[in-house]
Amino acid sequence: MAAITLIEAITQALAWELKHDDTVLVLGEDVGVNGGVFRATAGLQQQFGDQRVIDTPLDETTIAGLTVGLATQGMKPVAEAQFDGFMYPMIDHIICHAARFRYRTRGRLTCPMVLRVPWGGGIRAPEHHSEANESIFTNVPGLRVVMPSSPQRAYGLLLAAIRDPDPVIFFEPKRIYRQYKEEVPDDGEALPLDVCFVLRDGSDVTLVTRGAQVKETLEAAEALAAEGISAEVIDVATLKPLDFDTIRESVAKTGRCVIVHEAAKTAGFGAEIAARLAEESMYDLVAPVERVTGYDTHIPLFRLEMKYLPSVEKIVAACRRAAAAGG
Amino acid sequence: MSVVASFEIEYLQYLGPDGRLVREDLPEFALDRRNLVELFKQMLYVRTFDTKSVALQRTGKLGTYASCLGHEATHIGIGSAMQHDDVFAPSYREYGAQIVRGVKLREILMYWGGDERGNDFSGPPHDYSWCVPIGTQCLHAAGAALAFKLRGEPRVAVSCVGDGGSSKTDTYAAINSAGAYTLPFVLCIINNQWAISVPRKAQTGAKTLAQKGIAGGLDCLQVDGNDIIAVRAAMDHALQRARDGHGGTVLELVTYRLADHTTADDARRYRDDAEVKEAWEREPMSRLRTFLISEGVWSETEEAAWKEECGKLVDVEVNAYLETKVQPVEVMFDYLYAELPADLQAQRADLLKWEGR
Repeated sequence: MAAITLIEAITQALAWELKHDDTVLVLGEDVGVNGGVFRATAGLQQQFGDQRVIDTPLDETTIAGLTVGLATQGMKPVAEAQFDGFMYPMIDHIICHAARFRYRTRGRLTCPMVLRVPWGGGIRAPEHHSEANESIFTNVPGLRVVMPSSPQRAYGLLLAAIRDPDPVIFFEPKRIYRQYKEEVPDDGEALPLDVCFVLRDGSDVTLVTRGAQVKETLEAAEALAAEGISAEVIDVATLKPLDFDTIRESVAKTGRCVIVHEAAKTAGFGAEIAARLAEESMYDLVAPVERVTGYDTHIPLFRLEMKYLPSVEKIVAACRRAAAAGG
Repeated sequence: MSVVASFEIEYLQYLGPDGRLVREDLPEFALDRRNLVELFKQMLYVRTFDTKSVALQRTGKLGTYASCLGHEATHIGIGSAMQHDDVFAPSYREYGAQIVRGVKLREILMYWGGDERGNDFSGPPHDYSWCVPIGTQCLHAAGAALAFKLRGEPRVAVSCVGDGGSSKTDTYAAINSAGAYTLPFVLCIINNQWAISVPRKAQTGAKTLAQKGIAGGLDCLQVDGNDIIAVRAAMDHALQRARDGHGGTVLELVTYRLADHTTADDARRYRDDAEVKEAWEREPMSRLRTFLISEGVWSETEEAAWKEECGKLVDVEVNAYLETKVQPVEVMFDYLYAELPADLQAQRADLLKWEGR
């Protein structure tokens, strides 16, 4: 078995589902002949034909609206938003319809769709190509929100997302699309959509992160270990619904929590985790919860973007403060 | 049944791909051939810049860049027809129009070089910056046109969108608004045949893109976008009509994207070399050169000299761009609000702390 990248794992999962479920289809801008601007759908139209892998006109409203129509009539569409910053015209259809059809019709019409979104900054891209906008969607009832951070998790979570009977927003951290390779068995085995992944065991502080920041967070944990601080690292790959049990159990052990994400701080998803800690883990905490996040600004164009994104140094500093506060 | 409405779309061309006039009734500006020489010189300047920009990206000195190769007649034709007080709402490729309106090459390079200061350009201060969310600029132009109309100003809002962008909800809405309010609005649909990998024929079942204006009640015309005489004439007419209070126009300017979509794209994956080779036979510069030389107002010697001059002018701008220092990091806060809210002062201070300041 050859080792593959995260984006190749996406392609592998799409191919598996296209092959095993006739109702699955892929649509979006440039997903067909071109195989996607990031190559996520490379070769799929050649393999499955242009009735299964469909190029759309250049209009995100069109993509989202068609996807809702397809999904409510027995298809399982997997749509691509070419970049995170291009999602906004889709919101009308995602929020007002995809998320509501089951509720609105008391289950008569449902919307089993996936919206795949190359997500986040750090690739020296033009404006609107680098946004961390997931908390817009985690605030919407009726949606699932998922963000894998490894090839294996991308494969298993995308399979689960496509098979799920409800709409799933599937954010793909584009900065780590090709960061490393690992073996991903093409066995059609899905992962659960509501379980966090503990990536490193530790006893002094719990680091809660997701997406591309998993890399910096694991590096920070390694650096902390060298100075005698033992960090547990949790990847919240399934943001909504949230598996808070895993986080709570970890914090019960460590007594400290540092949350890391590149989205802006205010009302970012870290705020939800911090609030849940305040509600459910108050008496386990021995130090204030810290958030290491993007600033409450637009992500700058690329000459300054790395100054915006959370760094290993900032994560380490927050953990040191937490460790010191706990005595 | 009876016919309650019927429409037709006319096509405008003066200069054929072989450099010969296809009709003799030239617009007035073209009667003085020196005007055409000036337009040709601007086109060559833009092409020199574009070639250099791609080279800068390939050598790691520029970010992703969207080439305008093949669009010179369309872009220069649009920009040169406009007045300073008109407002321009471009997408992200119409450098020729912007350069004519005063935007500096160094500013274009700064934008694609990851520096927001490129958007604070030397062109008309009321012009819009580059617009990546496709088609959204068309509605802003319609809104600007509404402002001009409400204030009784003789100004026109001009927006550009591509063949792909003509599918966008916002573009249809702009057309509809311009018709509903009889706005001083010109929508230039620059049909370069490719929206990244999706060909024109896959965008819509409509026979022309110009006819999209019909549903909104706008004037519609299809133009040879590689013939600068036609582009300029069509723009002059549409602008005058708008200034006179007669409403908006949709121009479909038919050209060809000779380069990749951007430097991040590889068009060989989805289009045939033969098609591109054939498109080069219709590109805008060679036909105008042939015509001007045949008219005795331009020569290969003059062109060689101007080309060398363009190279020097472009080098000055490129060097200015390369020497531009990165802005201090706190600018990410300093342009968020007219006044930074107190709650954000702490974040700004944290950012500076990490800079050791």
